[in-house]
Amino acid sequence: MIEIATTVNGRRYERRVEPRLLLSDFIRHELHLYGTHVGCEHGVCGACTVLLDGRPARSCLTLAVQADGAEIETVESLAGGAEAAPGGETGGAFGGLGALHPLQQAFHEHFGLQCGFCTPGILITARFFLERNPSPTEEEVRAELAGHLCRCTGYAPIVDAILAAADALRA
Amino acid sequence: MKPAPFDYHRPGTLDEALALLAADPDAKPLAGGQSLVPMLNFRLARPSALVDLGGIGELAGIRVEGDALVVGAMTRQWDLEHADEAPALLREALAHVGHTSTRCRGTVGGSLVHADPTAELPVCALALGAELVTDRRTIPAGEFFQAVFTTALEPGELLVEVRFPRVDGPSAFEEHAHRHGDFAVVCAALAGDRLALGGVGPTPILWDGGDLDPIGDLFAPAGYKEQLARTLAERARRRAA
Repeated sequence: MIEIATTVNGRRYERRVEPRLLLSDFIRHELHLYGTHVGCEHGVCGACTVLLDGRPARSCLTLAVQADGAEIETVESLAGGAEAAPGGETGGAFGGLGALHPLQQAFHEHFGLQCGFCTPGILITARFFLERNPSPTEEEVRAELAGHLCRCTGYAPIVDAILAAADALRA
Repeated sequence: MKPAPFDYHRPGTLDEALALLAADPDAKPLAGGQSLVPMLNFRLARPSALVDLGGIGELAGIRVEGDALVVGAMTRQWDLEHADEAPALLREALAHVGHTSTRCRGTVGGSLVHADPTAELPVCALALGAELVTDRRTIPAGEFFQAVFTTALEPGELLVEVRFPRVDGPSAFEEHAHRHGDFAVVCAALAGDRLALGGVGPTPILWDGGDLDPIGDLFAPAGYKEQLARTLAERARRRAA
């Protein structure tokens, strides 16, 4: 077992973990932050994407021990849900109890999700993407979404939502 | 699935990493983990220990040395893609490597050492005539890739940095993949008068435009790959002209 300390959504956590524990399982099973979803567990579906030191990472392709000393943000950080985390009652793509992030609001308004399984990873990727590219073309949004599998929507409403969120964030 | 148990080391220096690998022949170095961790999850790889290179600062970084661009093995693909001093060919090709999230974690050295025959970076390394510098020697790209997932590295030998010489003249990267971000079916890298192909054999190859005998697979028969190679090479030449 190895001692690690990480900051997740602004809160510091210290745990002893097995080297083989995936960051995705660390976030869900040790920290009880169930917004991060685990789909394929081999880096294909993108559902488990989190921000690791400010950059998107597939948490199923990262060992928890590699995140020692790192700052992590999960989907719960979007709606200011960090305060609501300790009880582990913040599951779901829309995370905590605060006001929705403009991306979440846009997904809500444009039907950017049906079952919601892929949504947390897409929201994290889209947040990083729009910070670097505030006025993307539809083609760029689609290229970025290639790293995420959605089996419900056919992607069209997700593309609409991200473009609408870009407008909202620029306003 | 979950990985089988293993020990974990996070050395702070290259010498410590080499000592750890020398002491345990079943240990594996861990770079960005974007290929190794899926193999651990599937239990296709069951190393006794991982030697995490992520804490070795001397292995990461990009610098210009004379006419060469020297890239530390642990430099993240994303950082090379967005480095102003990187050759246009590398920046163009890196946009095809996986997705933002895998490029932010995946390393330049990790991709080269993994030696997937359809990966973009090995093809560019060959086209640019890169040199791969290990802890004990320098290996030209043309000798580094030996077979599918197999390089000239010996057990316990670590890639330290890659030297990309400046190549004057036109450059372009072209690829056909089933989806954006997938490994290429076939890709072509043009650097000056050298054109390298990926996806047509067990390693990247330099191609003079002559006969090609690609290895077909379930999704892309040999004839289709040959046609792709000719088309992509022609596109690269036209775009670079």
